[in-house]
Amino acid sequence: MLRASRTHHFGFLRDLVSRWDALALLVVLALVVFLAEASRGLLAPLSRLDATPLSLNPAQLPEYAARTTLRMFAALALSLGFTLSYATWAAKSPRAARVLIPLLDILQSVPILGFISITVVFFMSLVPGRVLGAEFAAIFAIFTSQAWNMAFSFYQSLRTVPVELEEAAASFHLTPWMRFWQLEVPFGLPALTWNMMMSMSGGWFFVVAAESISVGHTSVALPGIGSYIALAIEQRNLHAIGWAITAMAIVILVYDQLIFRPLICWVDRFRVEDEPGAEAPVSWALTMMRRSRLINGLTLAFYALVRWTSWALPARKAAAPQPRVTRHRRSRLAGLAWIGIAVLLAALALRHLALTLLLETHFAELREVFLLGLLTLARVIVLIALASLLWVPVGVWIGLRPRVAQVVQPIAQFLAAFPANLLFPLAVYLIVTGQLNPDWWLSPLMVLGTQWYILFNVIAGASAMPAELRRVAQNFGVGGWLWWRRVALPGVFPFFVTGAITASGGSWNAAIVAEVATWGHTKISAHGLGAYIAQATSAGDYHRIVLGIAAMSLFVVTINRWFWRPLYYYAERRYRLT
Amino acid sequence: MNARPLLQVSGIGKSFPKPDGQELRVLDGVNLHLAEGQIVGLLGRSGSGKSTLLRLIAGLAEPSHGELHYLGVPVNGPAAGISMVFQSFALFPWLTVYENVALGLEAQRLPRAEIRSRTLAAIDLIGLDGFESAYPRELSGGMRQRVGFARALVVHPNILLMDEPFSALDVLTAETLRTDFLDLWSEGRMPIKGVILVTHNIEEAVLMCDRVLVFGSNPGRVLSEIDVTLPQPRNRLDPSFRELVEKIYVEMTARTVGAQTGNRTEFFQGQGIGSVLPPISSNELSGLLEAVAAAPYNGSADLPKIAAGLQMDVDELFPVAETLQLLRFAELAGGDLKLTEAGVAFCNAAQDERKRIFARQLLNYVPLAAHIRRVLDERTSHVARKSRFIDELEDFMTEDAAEQTIRAIVGWGRYAEVFAYEDESARFTLENPA
Repeated sequence: MLRASRTHHFGFLRDLVSRWDALALLVVLALVVFLAEASRGLLAPLSRLDATPLSLNPAQLPEYAARTTLRMFAALALSLGFTLSYATWAAKSPRAARVLIPLLDILQSVPILGFISITVVFFMSLVPGRVLGAEFAAIFAIFTSQAWNMAFSFYQSLRTVPVELEEAAASFHLTPWMRFWQLEVPFGLPALTWNMMMSMSGGWFFVVAAESISVGHTSVALPGIGSYIALAIEQRNLHAIGWAITAMAIVILVYDQLIFRPLICWVDRFRVEDEPGAEAPVSWALTMMRRSRLINGLTLAFYALVRWTSWALPARKAAAPQPRVTRHRRSRLAGLAWIGIAVLLAALALRHLALTLLLETHFAELREVFLLGLLTLARVIVLIALASLLWVPVGVWIGLRPRVAQVVQPIAQFLAAFPANLLFPLAVYLIVTGQLNPDWWLSPLMVLGTQWYILFNVIAGASAMPAELRRVAQNFGVGGWLWWRRVALPGVFPFFVTGAITASGGSWNAAIVAEVATWGHTKISAHGLGAYIAQATSAGDYHRIVLGIAAMSLFVVTINRWFWRPLYYYAERRYRLT
Repeated sequence: MNARPLLQVSGIGKSFPKPDGQELRVLDGVNLHLAEGQIVGLLGRSGSGKSTLLRLIAGLAEPSHGELHYLGVPVNGPAAGISMVFQSFALFPWLTVYENVALGLEAQRLPRAEIRSRTLAAIDLIGLDGFESAYPRELSGGMRQRVGFARALVVHPNILLMDEPFSALDVLTAETLRTDFLDLWSEGRMPIKGVILVTHNIEEAVLMCDRVLVFGSNPGRVLSEIDVTLPQPRNRLDPSFRELVEKIYVEMTARTVGAQTGNRTEFFQGQGIGSVLPPISSNELSGLLEAVAAAPYNGSADLPKIAAGLQMDVDELFPVAETLQLLRFAELAGGDLKLTEAGVAFCNAAQDERKRIFARQLLNYVPLAAHIRRVLDERTSHVARKSRFIDELEDFMTEDAAEQTIRAIVGWGRYAEVFAYEDESARFTLENPA
């Protein structure tokens, strides 16, 4: 105490600006410059894109990277807004959930890349002749790759808020608005953050497709890493591909360190259950933010805003339960009306689909699409099986060694963000020079990005395996194949299933990119539903695009319902430890 | 007694609709009167509806019958002036101690300065100074429950509801918290006028309450009201304290004897399958049987004594004792547990003989076991799905209770080798019975 007061008047400068403040100021300034840089030219007319064509000069890459990142975060913000509203609506109204949740499930299964061609026309017509329209289309495309899993995770969280916390909130008269921000959002944050990271990884895959859009005769290339990669592929420029990979790696590293690491650390406090011994994550960026008065001030302002909004909103008395009978009767009537509307809409949609699709489609076409779907299905199954054979043992090995896992986990996350297009040059070169059959040899591209989900889920499963079980196995001398069969594989099974579901879903989507590979003027394509959709897209054949997408959605939904979901529940029931 | 009661509960009941359209009553015809300066205890076993009653008073659930008046005004929804302490603490893990305590005041939109002074005062009162900036996960159970108390007191409630507030704590911590609470209460330093305490611990009820309502189950109802007039502070070793504890023990066991009518199932086929079976394992049953058979009890034990000897709570001991009675291994009367002939035989037998005796008692006295065995015998396949029995049980009980009952019967049936059960396919079979 005494010493502190003596040094006090010398320390006022230090009080004013801590050394973390200097760092924080630098980061904030850089962010502002970056935003300004990236948002320049949004309102420019489309023709400017043609006037200043994309260049493969690496000096341009920082700007491209900035714009791509901005697009991705805009999409992420959009996804967050969507998640908070959609999932909350579904969780609060069981009636709405009956429609909203299956809808989300379907949206999740629809191949997003096929969407782009349809949405781009719509968005371009919203802001005719401006770059903004194309930007919207690109952001929307990225949004569709990020939003669904986030919404699902938040919905799950909302439904599992501990009863006693809900009761505490009610008995202390929290208004619905306060409840949302003080209880429900905090409770859902850990899972949501994790899903946001997954979404960002997944988003990269679509950036390439979303930035360089060509539908029929219209083609737009927005300045960004995605377009840069597309141009490099067109011009067969290997150096440029290398530069693009470097730029991507740097961007991923930067936002991981500046945004997601701190977020994960910060969000750690929102976990309700506390497992002792679980190591708390650390982040230098979060330390910076916590120690810096500047950023502290900003967070305080945010809290004040939340508090202010909850005060400014009209005070509603905590819901007084209504007499049971009247509520029942009213809700039954409303329920009937709701079902009526849903059925009517479904009938209209069905009629429209039937008219546009079935009546104008020959049976032969349908059969072809179905057969192509089977081909792609076979590829997905074989590839997921192969990837599992490879990554499950590797994942178990890594997961049991925490030090290795710490190093491998971020690398796997980076590789998951790696768009398949970047390997086109290699694939085309090998197939052309080796005179290989593209039907076989293009397939590995499908699991290029998605196999890592299997790896990092298995790693997580293996590291979560109780040490006692492993010691028991050691104690009884359980080794070799018996150890795998009785200890390791059952232990990681639920985690493996989770990873495999994500990987399989992603692979279907990737098929649209991976079944057709181009390198300059060389174009190689395999037979499959993905190639069918890709070809229809470049030909601008809407009819076939819709047919292809519908068929693929149907395949994915069917497989999810009849294979993955039962497997998931089985794994949860039978093998979940704890 | 004061003229105006703090809380007046008259004829209150709660029921849930059953699948067959009838109502399942979990609480029936309860009257309760809380005057200023009183601590009223709701004592009973799990499933006796005492927690349900507390939630009705808190306005967290709505009653199906009867009326609730707080200061003469009907309660619908959480009332200002009634706050609650939870068994599991129910703290928000992302808020600090200070923020957790201040939450209730923020919801009332008080000026910041007032929130601050009242929060700090409550933290100070409950002995949490120095912990203001800690997060709940950094605290021990006792400190967490102190936060729970501070949070409930800071809103200056008239009535404090406590839902088994000490049962999640270890013995020492619980005793410290109880003493601290009683000190604050008797010194009048807390802003509360009345307390309702839910507990399953008889000694706790006698230690803290001015009046104890003893609850029974199926449906939950008040069996008796006991006034505790011993002066505070009370001493657990005081003979009049022990006498009162013994009296409540007898009260609680006497009623359970009446509930068992003891029909032999041969005569009433298909009848009586509707009672909820407790999740008691065969190990617990034989453990208690052997303890009663051995010295110093030699076949007949006083419940409070054997509970103390086995270091068990009433809530843990009663279901085991009752299950022994259900199986006619022992009889419960006047606070004593006395072995029957079958009970003695079981204790003297070796493993295989024990299983045979258990099987005989199970088929004779547990209608559900006899029913399942009969269904399996009648079918040529000797296989029956679990859902079939669940459906039957749900005519008499909630879904959860039906699941619990099936789990219990599966455990006993497997031990007695009366039938087998496959969890994967959820089927009963006769594959490896004795």
